[in-house]
Amino acid sequence: MNVAAWLARNSRLLIVLIAIAAVLALFGTSVPIWGGCTAALDRCADVVAIGVFQGMIVALVALGYTLVYGILQLINFANGSVFMLGSVAALLGVEIFGLTSDSPAASVILAFAVILPVTMAITAGLNAGIERVAYRPLRRAPTLATLISAIGMDFILQNVGQIIIGPSPVSLPSLLPNDVILAEPVVIKVSHLFVTGITLPLLLGLMWFVRTTRQGKAMRATAQDREAAGLMGIDVNRTISLTFLLAGALAGGAGVIVALYNGSAWWQYGFSYGLLAFTAAVFGGIGNLLGAAVGGIFLGILISLNAFYVDPRWQEVVVFGILVLVLIFRPTGLFAEKQSERA
Amino acid sequence: MKLTKIGALAAMAMVAFSACGTGGGASPSASAAGGGNADKGTVQIWSELPRQGSSKGQTDTIVNAIQFALDARGSKVDGWTIKYSDKDDSTAEAGKWTQERATALATEAASTNDLVAYIGTFNSGAAKLVIPTLCRAGIAMISPANTYPGLTKPGKGEANEPGVYYPDGCKRNYFRVVPADDLQGDAGANWASQLGVKKAYVLDDTEIYGKGIADVFAASAPNYGIEVLGRDQAPGKSTDFKALAAKIADAGPDLVYYGGITQNNAGQLWKDLREAMPNIKLMGPDGIYEEAFIKAAGDAAEGTYLTFGGTTADQYTGDAAKWRDDFRAKYGESSIEVYTIYGYEAANVTLAAIETASKAGATDAQALRAGVIDALANTKDFTGVLGTWSFDANGDTSNKLFSGTQVVNGKFTFQTVLGQ
Repeated sequence: MNVAAWLARNSRLLIVLIAIAAVLALFGTSVPIWGGCTAALDRCADVVAIGVFQGMIVALVALGYTLVYGILQLINFANGSVFMLGSVAALLGVEIFGLTSDSPAASVILAFAVILPVTMAITAGLNAGIERVAYRPLRRAPTLATLISAIGMDFILQNVGQIIIGPSPVSLPSLLPNDVILAEPVVIKVSHLFVTGITLPLLLGLMWFVRTTRQGKAMRATAQDREAAGLMGIDVNRTISLTFLLAGALAGGAGVIVALYNGSAWWQYGFSYGLLAFTAAVFGGIGNLLGAAVGGIFLGILISLNAFYVDPRWQEVVVFGILVLVLIFRPTGLFAEKQSERA
Repeated sequence: MKLTKIGALAAMAMVAFSACGTGGGASPSASAAGGGNADKGTVQIWSELPRQGSSKGQTDTIVNAIQFALDARGSKVDGWTIKYSDKDDSTAEAGKWTQERATALATEAASTNDLVAYIGTFNSGAAKLVIPTLCRAGIAMISPANTYPGLTKPGKGEANEPGVYYPDGCKRNYFRVVPADDLQGDAGANWASQLGVKKAYVLDDTEIYGKGIADVFAASAPNYGIEVLGRDQAPGKSTDFKALAAKIADAGPDLVYYGGITQNNAGQLWKDLREAMPNIKLMGPDGIYEEAFIKAAGDAAEGTYLTFGGTTADQYTGDAAKWRDDFRAKYGESSIEVYTIYGYEAANVTLAAIETASKAGATDAQALRAGVIDALANTKDFTGVLGTWSFDANGDTSNKLFSGTQVVNGKFTFQTVLGQ
């Protein structure tokens, strides 16, 4: 497409960008985050880095929302709680293996070589089970019924989490070394590498799976037109189950990462991360994989900048204020693409 | 239709009867022998406490302490015989106080003509329901345990507090012998200065309890020579506090003070603060003075300074120590909990107020009732087991006894008594 056509299609977006640029030019350093960032660029980069790593976790959970939405047009509210149960499973795994802050690195790595896949398998099965029990019987019912069913599943899982680990947050031993690998230009620690080392392969692997494999093709076909896909010989139920398995596995992986990186598990994390992830998915254009990933990281950065330069109390105001702005000008989200590229 | 109405009537009658049935309670005999004075008759005082469920251990000792204060006077005050009833605002099913029981007791109290004072409640939530009813009836209420600031203090709670508890301009009838939560902030600042802190950063969890305490800490800190570098909020629903911790680390405080509760993700906050500042001092109020906090913060909890109201029995000195020994001699070694001594003091100041009102010329229960409120409101320099203290215009005690404890090797370890 040529530049002129793109400009014409996105004229409203351009107006906003020009307005933002004008505000920054006029008020410069007195604009909250902008002023702080331009005053000390290297510190700003550190804060952005903190946000990127936190955002990666949000992105993994957001992928779960977007995958399921793409194929069923259903917001699987239980996704956040599946993620939470992933971190609970990691906590239990740490207890089973008897890991402490003093455990040698080798045994920690060995333990997590078991805990991560097992947790992902459990949450994948759980998510697919939810679909089988709570959504499939309602597939021909009005969308609202499925939505209520999803909210109900979310509450049930939240309470399951509460029963297992109690109402208060529970600490995990600090298993990731706090060593700084890189001080300039941004502070990178071992724990950051860990987050990236799990998140990126999962993200790329998922995209590869959906874009190139036979099953991925079936998913895209089902997303496009469920009945036609069925007529072409695609096993729709199986494909939907597979989608839930994938979403559950991602949520479980994210749960393990949170448990290690943040060092705690809590039944309310399902809701707090779930809300952020859902927002990220909408932000990026729900149904779009890349959008969800970028949306998650963008939200992470935004929250981090806000906490550092403004006040954590305004987190929701800032996040949802920007979401509203984006949706006004791009109602389908930043990366909304043609239906066919959904998965 | 008619049948159901009759059934409802019958049910109500039964409720009324059963309420009367429990009215007797543990009352000492109202025999003659009116001390030096003529027998002026019998009046009642009640206590309202959760007598079942998780608070039973505490409230057992408070009831004993009230009885102990009465026994010291032979249940007689200036010729009046005092009949004490131990009322329960909890149910076995709930295991804690319930709105229904608290409301029912308040209504019953308002229609009991010879009731002159009401000791309670244990829970601030119950007090919110009971105070207005008793205020309208003109009955004095003395709490040994409510710590929610909004019950008495303007600007420390919701916008309509405390006025909403004293409706239609009824005379302030509520007093408490235990210092309100927000004063913990002051005790915390005091302790921080003793620990050598010069620069502090103040956080709260955005809720009334935590924000009130943190506000007081920030306001008091300069009085103790501590500079407040920043004041932020750490909402409980945050997923992490790493960026906030980086911001605080840049400010370079000696201590971070957190007003809040464990259940607002204090554990994560502690972890992120410790990661950014391994040697930072961390302090908080009794909202995180619980095992759950140590479980939530893990290693990061180590060294945390915590304040709580009152002190442990082993730390009592002077009159309190003597009282402790006498009380233990009667009720056993493990008969004293944190609020026991406040129960005793509440009963004692109540009996003193009845005496003052009687000597001022009250000759019937109604006059005594009104006189007790006035006497309590005018309580100045009362000498009791908590030392010498007064009620201020809000009905709050001038007593500011707090204690400091620290997490050492994963256990809360008593450190010091703060303020008086």
